[in-house]
Amino acid sequence: MTLRVLAAMSGGVDSAVAAARAAEAGHDVTGVHMALSSNPKSYRSGARGCCTLEDSRDARRAADVIGIPFYVWDLAERFDRDVVQDFVDEYAAGRTPNPCLRCNEKIKFAALLDKALALGFDAVCTGHYARLDDGVLRRGVDEGKDQSYVLAVCTREQLAHAMFPLGDTTKADIRREAERRGLRVADKPDSHDICFIADGDTRGFLAERLGAAPGPIVDTSGEVVGEHDGAYSYTVGQRKGLRIGRPAPDGKPRYVLDISPVNNTVTVGPREALDVHEITGERPVWLAAPPAGPHDCQVQLRAHGEVYDCTAGVEGDLVRIRLHAPAKGVATGQAAVLYDGDTVLGSATIAATDSVFA
Amino acid sequence: MVTYLDHAATTPMVAESIAAMTAELGQVGNPSSLHSVGRRARRVVEESREIIAEAFGARPSEVVFTGGGTEADNLAVKGLFWARRAADPRRTRVLASAIEHHAVLDAAQWLADHEGARVELIPVDEYGRVSPDTLRAMIGEDVALVTVMWANNEVGTVQPIEELAAVAREHGVPFHSDAVQAAAQLPVDFAAGGDALSVSGHKLGGPLGIGALLLAKGVDPTPVLHGGGQERDVRSGTLDTPAIAGFAAAVQVAAAGRAAGAARLTALRDTLVERVRAAVPDAVLNGHPTLRLPGNAHFSFPGCEGDALLMLLDARGIECSTGSACSAGVSQPSHVLLAMGADAARARGSLRFTLGHDSTAADVDALVDAIGPVVDRARRAGLS
Repeated sequence: MTLRVLAAMSGGVDSAVAAARAAEAGHDVTGVHMALSSNPKSYRSGARGCCTLEDSRDARRAADVIGIPFYVWDLAERFDRDVVQDFVDEYAAGRTPNPCLRCNEKIKFAALLDKALALGFDAVCTGHYARLDDGVLRRGVDEGKDQSYVLAVCTREQLAHAMFPLGDTTKADIRREAERRGLRVADKPDSHDICFIADGDTRGFLAERLGAAPGPIVDTSGEVVGEHDGAYSYTVGQRKGLRIGRPAPDGKPRYVLDISPVNNTVTVGPREALDVHEITGERPVWLAAPPAGPHDCQVQLRAHGEVYDCTAGVEGDLVRIRLHAPAKGVATGQAAVLYDGDTVLGSATIAATDSVFA
Repeated sequence: MVTYLDHAATTPMVAESIAAMTAELGQVGNPSSLHSVGRRARRVVEESREIIAEAFGARPSEVVFTGGGTEADNLAVKGLFWARRAADPRRTRVLASAIEHHAVLDAAQWLADHEGARVELIPVDEYGRVSPDTLRAMIGEDVALVTVMWANNEVGTVQPIEELAAVAREHGVPFHSDAVQAAAQLPVDFAAGGDALSVSGHKLGGPLGIGALLLAKGVDPTPVLHGGGQERDVRSGTLDTPAIAGFAAAVQVAAAGRAAGAARLTALRDTLVERVRAAVPDAVLNGHPTLRLPGNAHFSFPGCEGDALLMLLDARGIECSTGSACSAGVSQPSHVLLAMGADAARARGSLRFTLGHDSTAADVDALVDAIGPVVDRARRAGLS
């Protein structure tokens, strides 16, 4: 069946090949580059991110090669509100957000999709590495590139209008295919980090928006061992950049165990204290039927992170996830994505853990 | 089947222009050379200059070829500013209408940013017209130049150029007019229109990359391009004989058919306006109801986004424009509509349809068939 497909084109190789594949499959494809900054130059320069003028031109050039219409849609306001501001707010609240996930949830498969549907499109196509068959979301075959984690926050309704043509292919093959198709972005470097933080300096970005807020760094006994410029710039499990003058009594490295925005305190301690056995997730999204009782499955707690065996169950509005072996450095605000093998069952936002200091 | 309703962006070349240009592409000769092939090329250039001069009521010596309308505007604005200020350092004010093309506005803004110019925008009424009285109230001895376009590229409003030029003349201030859009469809008369006038080849059925600045005798802007001293020492660079020949041929065709063409386009345009309004009753025609370019129809469709309308029409083979400038492909609210008092929503929901020498009733039919459903669809998508 020929669908009217809106291909979101970042200017990178993945979304270009995805659009080409959708067109080759016989769909009626229109390319759209999302302008996510009202002042594009303020974003990452060079060809690494997904928000620069150069990226917009790369996307246009790819669309021309594929032979599809191409437009730039201004989604800067929505992006700033739902992704950038959310990112800042989450850090300010002591959590660790994943903006790519938020962008999928609020921009690509919300603002962009809604507008596309209203304008008569049937689906939004992206270059994500994930497989989607009959509403079943699975990991992409390229384990290193798999992006099912950042898509797992999307609802069934959102995914019903999504198309991920790259899930069955490895990145290396996509690059070869791009070259074969004459797409000049074939050897463009992968994007990394956070597209709206131009220099990759997340701490500096947050400091600029939240201001300096010096406070104590304490150890597990409550003793002050250092000072920080703002609790928001720490992540649970973080080891580097703590700037603690004196070593721990046992001489072992110390890790961030807890961030408390209320009293502006960062707690550090030994690696063992990071152990988490149980996670409480909120705002669950189920792609499969919610488990009726305790359900044995796997959980992933951060993008490209380790996968743990677990038993998950629904408790009211929450999801309780019991890990069969402890995980380390689980940050609230990240998504807990439940898998059965390579199939996504659902996801929830990590609200609390049983870590001693959480 | 494509319906081309974007003649304000560029026009198809007329057959006479293609023939004249391609005939020259096979020839050798720099019009500045003294030998025979140079003399032959120079003859083509000078005959072309005479044709263009005659069509616009100028003397051949008043035609300075440029690389297009933007260059002509830059030469006029910057060059006249520099020359006038050099003659009297008090002359630092530049008066430009608020609805000028960016080739004028941004050139003026550059002078403000780098050369100490004080740029003042001449306000317009709700139709986009500049009043001669407004100009009279603003002008003074310290004005370096006045620039008001003959007809606006977005909404098509035609300015009272003769009266505005007369106000400038009373004060001895050079008057420039960007006639890039007007030249194809209106009787543009340089003798009545001031001291400097920009025209462009590809807007009137000629080739891209060629234009002219008509410069009255004794009006000598400081050059923007320095070099071999061609074109009265005002615009250096080897003359593009094929493009100039094609430009002249197109001007000749346009001038010969101007009166009849304007009448035909006006009737066609009025039909378009009437039928679009019948299909979309709340569509607002922007610009002046009668004092507008014959081929221009510019609407705001309440509750719609111009970009969405453009895309939906494009998908149906209808090619038009929002008419406003882009920044990284993201359309900005039109400065023209904002200057006319439109709010941001009306400015964003606008579309420009422009007819030209090859437009037919079938083009209007195609638009009228599509516009109703397209507006309904865009309205559902809203102003997200």
